Amino acid sequence: MEQKRKVTKLVLYSFLIVLSLFMLVPFYWMVISSLKLNKDVFSIPMRWWPETLHPENYQIIWQKLPLVTFFLNTAKLTICTTVIQLCTSCFAAYGFTKCHFKGRDTIFLMYVTTIAVPWQVYMVPQFILVSKMGLNDTHLGLVLMQAFSAFGVFLIRQFYISIPDELCEAARIDGLNEFGIFRKIIFPLGKPAMATLTIFTFTNVWNDFMGPLIYLKTKELKTVQLGIRMFISQFGADYAWIMAASVCSLIPVVIVFLSCQKFFVEGVAASGIKG
Amino acid sequence: MSNESKNVLAASKRRRFIRNQMIGYGFILPNLIGYTVFVFIPVVFSFVLSVMSWDGSQRPMEFVGLANFIDVFGDKVFVGALKHTISYALMTVLPTLVLALLLAVLLNSKIKGVSIFRVAFYFPYIASIVAVGAVWNMLFQPDFGPINEFLKFIGISNPPRWVVDKNWAMVAVSIVSVWKYMGYYMIVYLAALQGISTSLYEAAGIDGANSWQKLWYITVPMLTPTTFFVLIMLTIQCFKVFDLVYVMTGGGPGNATKTLVNYIYEKAFTSWEFGPASAAAIVLFAIVLVITLIQFSGEKKWSKDM
Repeated sequence: MEQKRKVTKLVLYSFLIVLSLFMLVPFYWMVISSLKLNKDVFSIPMRWWPETLHPENYQIIWQKLPLVTFFLNTAKLTICTTVIQLCTSCFAAYGFTKCHFKGRDTIFLMYVTTIAVPWQVYMVPQFILVSKMGLNDTHLGLVLMQAFSAFGVFLIRQFYISIPDELCEAARIDGLNEFGIFRKIIFPLGKPAMATLTIFTFTNVWNDFMGPLIYLKTKELKTVQLGIRMFISQFGADYAWIMAASVCSLIPVVIVFLSCQKFFVEGVAASGIKG
Repeated sequence: MSNESKNVLAASKRRRFIRNQMIGYGFILPNLIGYTVFVFIPVVFSFVLSVMSWDGSQRPMEFVGLANFIDVFGDKVFVGALKHTISYALMTVLPTLVLALLLAVLLNSKIKGVSIFRVAFYFPYIASIVAVGAVWNMLFQPDFGPINEFLKFIGISNPPRWVVDKNWAMVAVSIVSVWKYMGYYMIVYLAALQGISTSLYEAAGIDGANSWQKLWYITVPMLTPTTFFVLIMLTIQCFKVFDLVYVMTGGGPGNATKTLVNYIYEKAFTSWEFGPASAAAIVLFAIVLVITLIQFSGEKKWSKDM
């Protein structure tokens, strides 16, 4: 019996190791290729470890590509969108759950009917609208167009519903005004839902490709994704440089992900189960 | 109570009522304004645009009825895009689902180093799509790429030419998609697995069930609602695919990997035909709507059963 359990464990481990290697091989290949000469990337037979390393590739792309600007742009977009999304969603969720006013359910119905409409369906009219406002090719336009989502309001609302109304009643009797109740009681209690929404928005905006592709034309405004894309179309055959640029684009993601891994996983679990 | 005090009471009640209205609206207004301007109006507008002819210039729009839809369905490129999107969904959904479930079940067992494996499987999901597309394009390189080198090594003398072959390009995109997204759904499954009560397994253990029986008779049925949810999410996601195709093949070779959203994008932002683009967008909406309605009816069923 003990023997059998050990064998099962061994099989399980080897299976998992093989699979995770398969998952990570593309990244390994990316890194070693970024350290080769352009002409050696596809050398046959394939080398798993290059004989000489060429870290100067990174210096070259650093000069050719304003990576810092791209990173700052992406960070700015991500942070602004996430903050606006979080604040307005929490406010609205409080209004929809703890306040009573005329038309509340009608307005909420409007949110419900549009939640299932994918962005790709209305991206064209949205682009026309944002352009008419003179916000085409600006960061503001890109932030505004994705900062307001029914999903955010839904997610937070779902959480606020579970907070008993008696808590607000008690605070009201103690003399807190509505904003005080929101700020001192409901808002702090809603942190888990906010963490989920933050992770969700953050990953989406950071990795968004199509939005910036449609909205941003000026080189100085571009995001990391667009910048790397631009680099690839300019230096299509300089494989090692492309890989070096790709590695650079992944480094911040790796750092953030590894340090907040737990939140990422919990965020997916929470938003996934609720849908 | 005197008449006067009644009036005072009524007035203060009224004031409170109005105050409550203002407070309520005050809370939802920031989001409501943004949402109305940037989401709700564009959604309505996309239906309007789909029956108009317009190129975005100063020239006024012209009502053309269903002409855009007739145009679009008569367009070989659009019908092709629809077919490619469906074949992409067919090739992607099941493998992703099965692998995600399998990985989740394996990682749910009590072994050391689970978190390391979890990171490895989840990492492709958060890696940027441009970098991922670039590296896979090189891996799939038909003449010297590592994948074909490997296939030749194990004895396949004539390996597929992947992204440059119109029959294989979509397969290549699907493989990358499975690789990229299965970690995400694995986490969804893991969360669901942790919700299954251990007493079920203990009871089955007492009755003499082995691991396979436990998996088949407890885990799989208990996960049915999650599987249904994942299936729906994956299918919708497949119909919205754009960036992976754009960075890997750009819709080519020919139009072999052009998807529905690629079509909308090109119609709208390269040839500025907003009418047909919106008609195609409405078709996408109709597809997603049908899938969502299936989801609603399914959810009702599960919530009754549970």
